[in-house]
Amino acid sequence: MLRATLRSLAAHKLRLLLSGVAVVLGVAFVAGTLVFTDTLQRTFEQLFTQTTTDVVVTPEQEFQDTSGLGGVTATLPADLVDTVRGVDGMAKAEGIVFTAGVTIIGSDGEPVGVMGAPAFGSNWSDDPDLSPYRLTDGRGPAAEGEVAIDSQSAETGGLAVGDPVTLITPGPRVTAEVVGVFRYGTSGNLAGASIAAFSTAAAQQLLPEPGFTSIEGMAAEGVSQEELAARVQAALPAGVRVQTGAEVADEQAAALTEGLQFINVFLLVFAFVALFVGTFLILNTFSMLVAQRTRELALLRAVGATRAQVTRSVLGEAAIVGLLGGLTGLGVGILLAVLLQRLFALIGFELPSEGLVVAPRTVLVAVLLGLVTTVVAAYLPARRASRTPPVAAMRSDVALPARSLHRRAIAGSVLFLGGVAALASSPAAEGRQAAALVGLGALLCLVGAIVLGPVAARPAVRLIGAVFARSATGRIAVQNAGRNPRRTATTAVALMIGLTLVTAFGVLGASTTASTDAVIDDVVRTDYLVSSRNFLPFTPEVATAVAEVDGVGLVSAVRVAPALVDGAQTVMTGVDPATIADVLALELTQGSLADLEGGGLLVDDGQAVDLGYRLGQQVPVAFQTGPTSLRVVGTYASTGGFSGYVVASSTLDEAGLTPLDQALYVQASPGTDAAGLRPALETAIEPFPVVQLQDQTEFKAQIRQQVNQLLTLIYALLGLAVLIAVLGIVNTLVLSVVERTREIGLLRAVGTTRRQLRGMIRVESVVIAVFGAMLGIVLGLGFGVALQRAIADQGIRVLSIPWGLLVAFFVVSGVVGVLAALWPARRAARLDVLQAVTTE
Amino acid sequence: MTTSPSPAAPSAAARAERLTKVYGEGETRVVALDEVSVDLASGAFTAIMGPSGSGKSTLMHCLAGLDSATSGRVFLGETDLTTLDDNALTRLRRDQVGFVFQAFNLLPTLTALENITLPMDIAGRTPDREWLDHVIDTIGLRDRLRHRPNELSGGQQQRVAVARALASRPVAIFADEPTGNLDSHSGAEVLGFLRDSVDRLSQTVVMVTHDPNAASYADRVVFLGDGQVVDEIADPSSERVLERMKRFDGSRGQHGQEG
Ligand SMILES: Nc1ncnc2c1ncn2[C@@H]1O[C@H](COP(=O)(O)OP(=O)(O)OP(=O)(O)O)[C@@H](O)[C@H]1O
Ligand SMILES: [Mg+2]
Repeated sequence: MLRATLRSLAAHKLRLLLSGVAVVLGVAFVAGTLVFTDTLQRTFEQLFTQTTTDVVVTPEQEFQDTSGLGGVTATLPADLVDTVRGVDGMAKAEGIVFTAGVTIIGSDGEPVGVMGAPAFGSNWSDDPDLSPYRLTDGRGPAAEGEVAIDSQSAETGGLAVGDPVTLITPGPRVTAEVVGVFRYGTSGNLAGASIAAFSTAAAQQLLPEPGFTSIEGMAAEGVSQEELAARVQAALPAGVRVQTGAEVADEQAAALTEGLQFINVFLLVFAFVALFVGTFLILNTFSMLVAQRTRELALLRAVGATRAQVTRSVLGEAAIVGLLGGLTGLGVGILLAVLLQRLFALIGFELPSEGLVVAPRTVLVAVLLGLVTTVVAAYLPARRASRTPPVAAMRSDVALPARSLHRRAIAGSVLFLGGVAALASSPAAEGRQAAALVGLGALLCLVGAIVLGPVAARPAVRLIGAVFARSATGRIAVQNAGRNPRRTATTAVALMIGLTLVTAFGVLGASTTASTDAVIDDVVRTDYLVSSRNFLPFTPEVATAVAEVDGVGLVSAVRVAPALVDGAQTVMTGVDPATIADVLALELTQGSLADLEGGGLLVDDGQAVDLGYRLGQQVPVAFQTGPTSLRVVGTYASTGGFSGYVVASSTLDEAGLTPLDQALYVQASPGTDAAGLRPALETAIEPFPVVQLQDQTEFKAQIRQQVNQLLTLIYALLGLAVLIAVLGIVNTLVLSVVERTREIGLLRAVGTTRRQLRGMIRVESVVIAVFGAMLGIVLGLGFGVALQRAIADQGIRVLSIPWGLLVAFFVVSGVVGVLAALWPARRAARLDVLQAVTTE
Repeated sequence: MTTSPSPAAPSAAARAERLTKVYGEGETRVVALDEVSVDLASGAFTAIMGPSGSGKSTLMHCLAGLDSATSGRVFLGETDLTTLDDNALTRLRRDQVGFVFQAFNLLPTLTALENITLPMDIAGRTPDREWLDHVIDTIGLRDRLRHRPNELSGGQQQRVAVARALASRPVAIFADEPTGNLDSHSGAEVLGFLRDSVDRLSQTVVMVTHDPNAASYADRVVFLGDGQVVDEIADPSSERVLERMKRFDGSRGQHGQEG
């Protein structure tokens, strides 16, 4: 029996190739993601171990901020350094300054580095034991007016030793001379972040209070990290945190893992969609191989093979394909990881290349995924194969009896209608529940559609095929497409899944853009907005400079700060209660803005309901600087510019957070022409290249661009699923050409030209593709609309359907159909007439 | 005994001149047809017989434009098939040749009627209604026209195949063992119908067969042996044909009855 399996595998090599490719692509995506993130993880862990010392002292903070907004830079008094140095067993120690928000301006006047990546300022230390910086050129900064920068920033900013450089800091703007260029550990920079190192005295001026952000020390020979840490702790006053270098490295690694996990999940979701689509292709291949081998299987049964043996032989074949596919996928995945790494390096996110990490887990996952996916997909065809009646061996034209579609129609309709009901009821539900209902509804609809596919195939094909009914070959092609509704549906459904997602995201994206537009129209009442170009908060000096411009009536600053509310980490928005109502439509449902000063807290209506907040209630809040208690003074509708917790900026100041602004709303004074104000405003912000001035139209365009970038990424990732679906069409067509060799021969014998034959295959392909596209677009449209309705109260309140895009998807599907037919049509046309009619 | 080609005989529907067909090369080289010259009269029913492997199917394929000659010439009507390219050959098959194979003559997805009009549909021509009615009445399957092939008996399927061949009024119909898969009753049905189409519709029919009884429906039997025309009988009866075939068995010591 094994020999029969292997022989059959060898005989159908080519036909199994495309299923193999589907497995390879899906597995490669998964393996590539794992290899890439594992490599990132190891790279950073090494970087952290390389660059940490034995003991690290930091100011005690309420919590470790993971938002990256950097609301505070807490410091240790400078004199603690001497205390630490004096601890018994300490070889050496040094005070470290490391603070966010120091942006290096390149020679082109633009901030260096990757958009959104943090930018740090630090003090310089020449001691290689205590400093992660390794000079590659020049020397360390020793005096005010000198700076050393990381090599990546030097490269992208076009800066070299001896060049003057401008730096934007949370404090004043600084001009200095580049005296050195360094690498961070073994890397060009710290994961894309830029670093500017100053003399210690100059660096300390970046801090809100004099001192250091941390003190790091090296143990003397024979003293363990733990022992030393304990001694340091004992020597220092309360309010400081002492950790061993190992603990710090672990902590950093843990934070990193969390971040990478997110990327992992994001990419893996798309990888699994691709694999799922691939299963349809595999299912089809095996169904068709089983159908073609009916006589052979019947013969096996006739000479005594049991049903189980037949099933096993088909599954065995699938297992081998899956195993090979999984292994190849692993290889392709590793290549993919290399490509990703190159790509990241290209955008300035240089990573030290110390080889890729192919964890045993990755190998296992790849092989198992390939194996399991293929075997599961081949299970139904295998079962069908085992039901081949032995008598089929005696007859030439047996087809396995087609099972009735009745049960399928009923089950599919129940699932589908259940899904529609869930979707329809979702807008009535609140918050989480609404999203859950949409998810459930979408799943039911999708499964329902997959089950209903074969039922819908015949009528749908006839409908779509009506376009081609004028020619006889067109009619035959359409009939062929409708001939095996299961196969056509399986092929089309694979395309449907991709298009459903693409369409749903398209609707969601368009709605997001339209909603933000609407929000900006309704909510933003000012003429101009000043915001950061790299999403990092900026110095209040900008606000001062803008306010001094003649004709500016009002400048209202908005700040953000990480905070713990009821133990959960969130972001607090700080506003100026006196002016915020003039620049944003912040409409209170209850309470009053006036009470915000002096420890008041606003929450949005949704949260107030979810968390049961009441006016006057005290809420425990912790900023990084320490815990406090805020009183709920009002709730507001979150349809506006922001959502979540809002406090007065003064509350953040009182908490001791570094004053940094996130955005400034600027309004011309009454009687001043807003447009005429622009040149003066541009001049005012010129010294701060990290910020930009936008009017409402520009602001909208920027948001639209951001949404579109994300959409483009999602489309690209879904592209793989669509590609596999296209391979599925090619696969189905090639296999049916093989299956219909004699028919094609007959058609050619009675006078069908090659061209007509190619046309036939093309029509069949287009009909299948358009069927899948129609299903996908309709479903995706439904899901998109339901999703928008469900999250309307979270800011996506306008429904916008990108009709143009949908039409484009439809047209592209037709084109895809034509392309998918190219190869199968060539094969069909090349068939030798004589051989074809005499094939057994 | 070789039939010499009567130069440009106007009555020939199909004609081969020193037609040679060689398959393969070197060790696998097979000369399937060795300078065969034969005239097939218009409006006549010709049977081609001979032992298995003697080149009957090959001759028919070449005459019908399904296969190309290695050397020599093949005429259908006045057209020299050896000068035509694939497209021209395809058109010629569509418009001037009718086929009946041993099995698998019909597209399973089409009804009987659709199968009959298939070549015309492919050409985008409307069939001549009167002629079509005439053909359908002759095959006597008017009540089965809307049936699909799997709802018809083997004999009925072959009759539909013959009707398809007739429907476009071809210069000649070529049938390769059209009764090979049928029982004697269904076989007789199909043969009778072929005979009718010659007598009543003046159709030219060329048929390969192993069955002496089937050959007796023909006006003339041409015998092939080892790729050459070895004999022919006019107005054959099954006895005379059987007689002639026995001589093959005697001289060649092999059976010519397998397909
Ligand atoms: N495609 C081919 N390649 C190689 N040799 C071939 C091919 N087709 C036929 N032949 C050879 O040509 C010779 C004649 O074959 P052909 O099919 O014409 O015989 P036939 O008289 O029709 O036989 P049968 O009565 O068995 O159908 C045979 O020896 C056969 O082996
Ligand atoms: Mg033959």
